[in-house]
Amino acid sequence: MDFRFKNKKISGILTVLPKREVLFEDGIEHYNFSKAKSMKLKKSMGYNKRRIVENGVCASDLAIHGMNYLLENSLIKKDEIDILLFVSQSPDHFMPPTSNIIHGKLGLRQDILCIDINQGCAGFIVGLQQAFMFLDQEKVNKVLLINADVLSHKVSIRDRNINPLTGDAASITLVEKTAVDTEIFSSIKMDGRNANVLQIPAGGFRIPSTGETSVMVEDANGNFRSLDNLVMQGDMVLNFVQKEVPPMIDYVLERAHTGKADIDYYLFHQPNRFMLHKLADKIGVDREKMPSNIVENFGNASGASIPTNISYNLGETLEKNSYKTCLAGFGVGLTWGAMVMELGYFDFNKIIEY
Amino acid sequence: MKKIIVNNMENKVLKILTDIHPEFDFNQVANFIEEGLIDSFDMVNLVTTLDEEFGVSIDGVDVIPDNFISVDAIVLLLKKKGVK
Repeated sequence: MDFRFKNKKISGILTVLPKREVLFEDGIEHYNFSKAKSMKLKKSMGYNKRRIVENGVCASDLAIHGMNYLLENSLIKKDEIDILLFVSQSPDHFMPPTSNIIHGKLGLRQDILCIDINQGCAGFIVGLQQAFMFLDQEKVNKVLLINADVLSHKVSIRDRNINPLTGDAASITLVEKTAVDTEIFSSIKMDGRNANVLQIPAGGFRIPSTGETSVMVEDANGNFRSLDNLVMQGDMVLNFVQKEVPPMIDYVLERAHTGKADIDYYLFHQPNRFMLHKLADKIGVDREKMPSNIVENFGNASGASIPTNISYNLGETLEKNSYKTCLAGFGVGLTWGAMVMELGYFDFNKIIEY
Repeated sequence: MKKIIVNNMENKVLKILTDIHPEFDFNQVANFIEEGLIDSFDMVNLVTTLDEEFGVSIDGVDVIPDNFISVDAIVLLLKKKGVK
């Protein structure tokens, strides 16, 4: 599905990271792996340290902390927010929507639309597409897009497939109309036939959580996890990303009449450094143009990964400059999406801690 | 049956495999994947090392078990990337 948006912009990104930092070495003892092999994996994948929340902390806690920072520093005003989009796979509850919980705790006005979207690694692209669509409405001028996940709660520490890369974070992106003639090109694709490649099998209505679903079982590779845990078929994800993402990037760039060299930064979702390097090589762009340092510093926080990438790697530079960027997210669903847009002259672009 | 390694590229691949798993004799095994000598994480480590050693970038779509079942299969993969 192709989208084209006009006169829209991102005016700020705030990323909220938990203070708690876990080192890769901290988890080695839990893996059914030799230490030497684990250390080789660390080098190849770019694992190092990551941020995860303490027990009991929810995605909305990170989001509300960030929102309060923006309000207290007058970077946004409560009454200006027309739409609150909350993109996550770790809602506080099945019901009500977490966006409504955030709305209530912040005391936002009633003349607003709050929506939860269940999306993961492509959640920033999906969220931006939705935000831009809402901004086509006459009365909608500002959309707050919140990407927040605390999936570490659902990951088995004995699963070397997923535990070493999992991080938690929230990002708040202010999206607005602009009088400047901007053009944004985006495409997205879905493959629900492979929806089980990334999954939390139990805990929903199909397989409710019980004592049985919490029993740890060893898989063929020596990982231990239960049906209540997140499971990722890593080889399938790697193959899907390498097969589907490069042609999508080519396609979106072609739609945007933009050459690969004309893009200043390729700001992609970051599952691991290996995958990013392979993508850069396949697409045919310098690895330096595609930052791959988020997983090694903070972990992979699903939909918050791209905005964290933007906040960490471009920071205040983006408050004074503008860059032509290509964004891409890929993962659960399966979903893969890309966007070519100018990013710059932000009112804010920073990281704070919770 | 023990395979006799004569080719330089084969020797280099064999050395890389042995560095990753010194406990295995890769000359003695017909299918590294089926016999459990190489798993998906080994493939990632192997690709990273092969890229560095041979100055190539093996395509991500080629990081599949079929390409890592034997020294011959790995050599074929390298030849596909232009290694001689």
